[in-house]
Amino acid sequence: MNSTRDIDNLIELMARLPGLGPRSARRAVLHLIRKRALLLTPLADSLRLVAETARECLNCGNVGTSDVCDICSSEKRATGELCVVEDVADLWAMERSGMFKGRYHVLGGTLSALDGVGPEDLRIPRLRDRVVSENITEVILALNATVDGQTTAHYIADQLEGSVRLTSLAQGVPIGGELDYLDDGTISAALKARKEI
Amino acid sequence: MDWRDHGILLTVRRHGETSAIIEVFTEAHGRHAGVVRGGTSRKIAPLLQPGAQLDVTWRARLDAHIGTYAVEPLRSRAAAAFSGRMALAGLNAVVALLSYSLPERESHPRLYRQTEQLMDLLGQDEIWPLAYLRWEQALLEDLGFGLDLAACAVTGATEGLVYVSPKSGRAVTAAGAGDWADRMLPLPPCLLGRGPESDAEIVKALGTTGHFLESRLAMEVAHRPLPQARGRLIDLLARSP
Repeated sequence: MNSTRDIDNLIELMARLPGLGPRSARRAVLHLIRKRALLLTPLADSLRLVAETARECLNCGNVGTSDVCDICSSEKRATGELCVVEDVADLWAMERSGMFKGRYHVLGGTLSALDGVGPEDLRIPRLRDRVVSENITEVILALNATVDGQTTAHYIADQLEGSVRLTSLAQGVPIGGELDYLDDGTISAALKARKEI
Repeated sequence: MDWRDHGILLTVRRHGETSAIIEVFTEAHGRHAGVVRGGTSRKIAPLLQPGAQLDVTWRARLDAHIGTYAVEPLRSRAAAAFSGRMALAGLNAVVALLSYSLPERESHPRLYRQTEQLMDLLGQDEIWPLAYLRWEQALLEDLGFGLDLAACAVTGATEGLVYVSPKSGRAVTAAGAGDWADRMLPLPPCLLGRGPESDAEIVKALGTTGHFLESRLAMEVAHRPLPQARGRLIDLLARSP
């Protein structure tokens, strides 16, 4: 048993990752061991490096390897537009689209009475500061179309009202979506936000 | 054990990677929790938004178990709730208060029907605040803290009722209040179902119902402050033009 203790430890740690269970973790570890030079060693080096350098951007809350992330330090991104997202994963999703050329602000969650998350637990005071200090002209509220997400959007809108242009993402039919499979809430929202063609 | 009912979704919490624990206010089984397998999936998660009307089937080996829910959406109220600040704040206040105040697995069929009617009015901002006030009165009544506004607690008069006793929850006339008038709560006519129904009057009335939610429910039963969502709704009403 002792001879495999380190490997068992690795399997146990891998099994804690999202999307992996003990069975898939075991398969992944076995694969890594078989591809030691090609995968395991570079992965271990990369993990060690990220463990040492990864940190949150002091300005926007994005994850990077320096105190101020690449987006915040790029002058090209100083367009006056600030996109507010709930989580780093949302920021990455927006970046994948390649459409937005401004800067971001990661709130770190949404207001939730159930979970006891109040405005002071999110980066809302920092957002107010940034709107002033970075000469922001438009704040785009790219929050999830959930009750908590929209509640947070309205709260932020209340806080910033009058000081800056406030917009939110459109809601409606996703690309590739079929009306028959959409819930009635989405269809209602899409109908309300219809546009001329 | 199993049963089937329809209800209003109150809360959703993630449970593990793929499941969710939901609380549903059902007509026959009251506020009842259960696990929804795959509740965080792309297919089911959009349906599990607070306020949604669901057809639920609950199953468990023993009654004491949390059990699992199979859910079928009847109608979503997300579009109505997202239509404006008032609707969203209202939805949050109602689900937060229900989740906060109702005992688990105790049926409140009358309150359920009133809640369903109130939820169906979401988005109609002209009539919703008054409907919410009525609902809050019904909530107090169903929990055993109802206001008695039929006659003056001191004189027995049925006209000229202008105060509510903060202790007994009974109506009082100006004459009946006497020197104690400054300690009484206001009784705006809209609380009696008559007179002006402006937002300012409704906010005043909600101050009175809020006193009993605070003193009876929060202090004596729940031992924790009222949900912030109710305060946010009242703030919004107070600020509305």
